[in-house]
Amino acid sequence: MKRSEHGIPILLFLTLAALMLFSLCLGRYTVPLREVVRILLSRFFPVSQTWEDGMSAAVLNIRPPRILLAALVGACLSLAGASYQGVFRNAMAAPDFLGASSGAAFGAALAILLGFSSAGITVCAFCFSLLTVALVFFVARRAPGKRAANLILAGIMVSSLFSSGTSYIKLIADPSSKLPEITYWLMGSFSGKQWHDVRFALPFMLLGSVPLLLFRWRMNLLTMGDDEARSMGVDANKLRLLVVVCATLVTAASVSVSGIVGWVGLVIPHMARRLSGSDYRKLLPTTLLLGAIFLLGVDNLCRNLLAVEIPIGILTSFIGAPFFLALMLKKEASL
Amino acid sequence: MSLTVSNLSFSYGTAPVLQNVSFSLGEGQLYALLGANGAGKTTLFRCILGLNEKYEGSIIVDGSEVRSLTPRQLSHRIAYIPQIHYPAFQYSVLEMVLMGTTHRLSAVASPGKWENNDALQALQTLGIEHLAHRDYGKLSGGEQQMVLIARALVQQTKLLLMDEPTASLDYGNQLRVLYAVRRLARDGYTILLSTHNPQHALSYADRVIALAGGTLAADGPTQEVLSPALLKTLYGVEAVFSSDGRYILPQEVL
Repeated sequence: MKRSEHGIPILLFLTLAALMLFSLCLGRYTVPLREVVRILLSRFFPVSQTWEDGMSAAVLNIRPPRILLAALVGACLSLAGASYQGVFRNAMAAPDFLGASSGAAFGAALAILLGFSSAGITVCAFCFSLLTVALVFFVARRAPGKRAANLILAGIMVSSLFSSGTSYIKLIADPSSKLPEITYWLMGSFSGKQWHDVRFALPFMLLGSVPLLLFRWRMNLLTMGDDEARSMGVDANKLRLLVVVCATLVTAASVSVSGIVGWVGLVIPHMARRLSGSDYRKLLPTTLLLGAIFLLGVDNLCRNLLAVEIPIGILTSFIGAPFFLALMLKKEASL
Repeated sequence: MSLTVSNLSFSYGTAPVLQNVSFSLGEGQLYALLGANGAGKTTLFRCILGLNEKYEGSIIVDGSEVRSLTPRQLSHRIAYIPQIHYPAFQYSVLEMVLMGTTHRLSAVASPGKWENNDALQALQTLGIEHLAHRDYGKLSGGEQQMVLIARALVQQTKLLLMDEPTASLDYGNQLRVLYAVRRLARDGYTILLSTHNPQHALSYADRVIALAGGTLAADGPTQEVLSPALLKTLYGVEAVFSSDGRYILPQEVL
């Protein structure tokens, strides 16, 4: 019993660690695994240099922030998706459910239009992402009727409002320089990510994901509906507010550094449910690790599959959508 | 354990749903709550469960007014057994039952060994411990209802509210669930069970509380208050009782 309870997360963790190590080898400038290990060890132990200087630069400085960020964003989007699905009792909920992504997209497009630096674009995307969800919350609070249903409806409306704003910015953006930049941002990418991106996103990711993990047992009760949750001693509206704030924070932090990466937050929680069941005690650790593995794997394809870098949003949809269809068609499926 | 409802009124907007309803529940008794659709049964339940806080009058549970209690405090006093519904996500039976232990845990804690034992114990009480590791969604309706009862039992309250537990069950499962409920009353639980079937009230309940148009139509021992006249008042239909008084039969049968 005890073994099977922790078996899946441990296995996934080891897979993730192995994949990270392997990812350090990959790139235009391939470094053999043996050299990667030696370079890493050389940081802590005296190891005689058998590698070229370029190799150590790639393994120690260029690749790690990108690898780390891909794994973090994958983990965060999956965590947020699973959380949203629970508190809205909706298997189709995704991290951009309440407009976090369309807000970020608008913020990024605006920042690019105004000629901000790359750090400025990230901050602007992050702020607009939070602002959008705050607006959704404000509307849902003031409207009569069920809070959860209001949130979903307001989310759809406000998302669409910001999407049209983004479209307008694209229309007026300089088609030779700014429009391509906006377009690429909207397709998502980890290309050229550096340590300062990790330093920006990581605190918010931790701030959001730690409470989600701490309150994960209680999320189970929200899937039973507000009235039942309350009769078992859980204030559904309060817990949902906490979960939505935290999930929004990690989503905003993720998309503001990666651009729009679809499907991960929807598909990965479903895969995780297959592996570990619906109980959030097991589901969240599983979904988090699985998300990290998935997005890191996809990002490896992005930077190695073709001579040119493929935007990651394209590949996640390309892999995610057929996978979801297969899941639907499978006999035992219960989405 | 005690529940006393006095002069309870509640309205949705301007439409009154409950008017001056008063009754109290005594220990270890099974109460059947009767009433036509729209008579206010659900609203009464929601008031007692603290879901309709803007009621007039008072609902006193163990000496405290319901609206002044936090969800957590209330869940230590009353357990609610809802009708079966298909869950949004699949849980095992044990996980379902464990949810009833949440009010004992700190906000960030998960159920541990103690709670696990209590959950298994509750399943045992109802004779369904063999279901512990099955998927809740794959059980029969009757089994699902029993699991929801077990979930209420681990809440360790003495007062259980049941919302039409037999509504979507076949005949056999209706009787199995009612038998289990009857045994819980014998073991000291106070149970308020709403039902659309007066025969169930007649066969299983110690007392009947009836609502008609939002007011109290009857409150007393089943044998005394359940009569053709009451059924006429509640449902507007004619029914007769068998000569031994144990069966309700419809009047108009072709």
